[in-house]
Amino acid sequence: MTTDSSTSTTAIEQDTAGPLVQLEDVGKTYGNIVALRGISLKVGPSEVTCVLGDNGAGKSTLIKIISGRHPHDEGVLRVHGEEVKLSSPRDALDRGIATVYQDLAVVPLMPVWRNFFLGSEEEKWFKPVRALEVQEMRKKSKDELHKLGIDLPDIDAPIGKLSGGQRQCVAIARAVFFGARVLILDEPTAALGVKQSGVVLRYVAQAREHGLGVVFITHNPHHAYMVGDHFVLLNRGRMTLDQKYDDISLDELTREMAGGDELATLTHELKR
Amino acid sequence: MTATVTERPDQQVQPVSTMHRILARPEFGSLVGAIGIYVFFFVIAESFRSAEALSLMLYTSSTIGIMAVGVALLMIGGEFDLSAGVAVTTSALSASLLAYQFTTNVWVGVLFSLAVALGIGFFNGYLVMRTGIPSFLVTLGSFLMLQGANLAVTKLLTGQVASQNISDIEGFGTAQVIFASEFTIFGIDVWITVVYWFLFVAIATWMLLRTKIGNWIYAVGGDAESSRAVGVPVARVKIGLFMTVGFLAWFSGMHILFRFNSVQSGQGVGNEFIYIIAAVIGGCLLTGGYGTAVGAAIGAFIYGMTNQGIVFANWNPDWVKFFLGIMLLSATVSNLWVRNRAARS
Repeated sequence: MTTDSSTSTTAIEQDTAGPLVQLEDVGKTYGNIVALRGISLKVGPSEVTCVLGDNGAGKSTLIKIISGRHPHDEGVLRVHGEEVKLSSPRDALDRGIATVYQDLAVVPLMPVWRNFFLGSEEEKWFKPVRALEVQEMRKKSKDELHKLGIDLPDIDAPIGKLSGGQRQCVAIARAVFFGARVLILDEPTAALGVKQSGVVLRYVAQAREHGLGVVFITHNPHHAYMVGDHFVLLNRGRMTLDQKYDDISLDELTREMAGGDELATLTHELKR
Repeated sequence: MTATVTERPDQQVQPVSTMHRILARPEFGSLVGAIGIYVFFFVIAESFRSAEALSLMLYTSSTIGIMAVGVALLMIGGEFDLSAGVAVTTSALSASLLAYQFTTNVWVGVLFSLAVALGIGFFNGYLVMRTGIPSFLVTLGSFLMLQGANLAVTKLLTGQVASQNISDIEGFGTAQVIFASEFTIFGIDVWITVVYWFLFVAIATWMLLRTKIGNWIYAVGGDAESSRAVGVPVARVKIGLFMTVGFLAWFSGMHILFRFNSVQSGQGVGNEFIYIIAAVIGGCLLTGGYGTAVGAAIGAFIYGMTNQGIVFANWNPDWVKFFLGIMLLSATVSNLWVRNRAARS
């Protein structure tokens, strides 16, 4: 979003043809438990793919596969058209896939700017004696956050002092700043209030404008429908719905999400 | 949840005054404590004011302080090492026994001992990271193993509980100059360990605040999972920290060996707690992710001061531990208070 975003935008425009991340018939088993089976989805540039599902539907397993925490053991995962098996979060990051977790996005006691650059620190001098570019990093993180409307008087404050929505935004801004092409957002709005969710959703839309592909994991169909281009519904480890924005309405999505007929039965049961 | 980030500037983080910043430093409480204790003994014990007293105090502090640097770094990284105390003895013994048994140059023993010390650190770190068992338990195990082995191997090789005097073996002189010499500056006798202590504290401080590794140490101690998710090699950082403790244990062991010529195989037990206490008094959080090397140095100095001060005041030395206990408790309480202010309320 600074100078290097202009270069990365052109890079994205050059290969808009293929999806950034593509899953074909991907599955994952833990021992004799089938966590995921037959998952196919793709994320292109400037596209938000929403993955919906109830607790235990396999959402987190899916994130773990795409973010490189647990490799898949069935099917094919393609990143930028190349078939890969991600070995670590670092590997995924190097391929332009950044994951923002709901609960473990930041280290609360560390200053905002140290969190911003954690794992991708800028250094000066030469090996073996290398020092951090402290002033440089403080300035850059402050500027980046300022662009998002997060105006911090003290960039040295521990990040734990920020509100939940702001921490999510810092984590997303960090991913974008470090050249992520694909963002995996793990329930970014789950723990947030209405206004805070709005801030995060607005930023998701902004990331899409910048040409990023976004995988937005959530169990809130209202949030999903606001930003999504494509909806995938997981249920007990399988895909039960795969629709484009134009082919489905919010009501349908909500009903599917809630289990369709199950909801109807429940409504009937609880009728007063 | 009241501030809307886009419409108006954030109001949840207020600008902080310089005064507030100083008060919130992790080592601030211990500094106040240290000054208080110094003034206290200065007033009640006349002999405490002498140059010899200062010299002794600095020396005692340095023997604890060198190890406290490593233990503090490890604690900031979120782990403990209960074997640190006996590892010092193990290092000293392995250098001494090897040099004596093979009647070789002491430097062979010194290097062998370095390998042993780093090996112990690696063993602790690897086991903690590989198994996920809390470091408290893993290092409790290695503490017992080393404590037993120190005695058993020494008895086996020498038939007594201390290693033989190695002062007539080749290379002893140079090693003594490096690890255990003394010089006079401004009328104060200064042991070389004091210089090393300051040096290690300076290096550790620079590393923590100004290098990538330092950033990673705070991160793995603060939240290991978050750090891993952004690409920090958590296992390597933590194993490295255990090996740093090993390295400093080697260093301390070498000082003991070349100062006293022979090593008592049962010593060192209980010191691991003094290192930890020094780090905690200095503002390190037991839970990791917070603290400084300077704080640990102040903690060690408080130990050195109390230790010598009580002797100079002609009190029963048994009160040293009592005093340390009070310091530890008040430090923990004030740390808790600071942490609650530093993190979210």
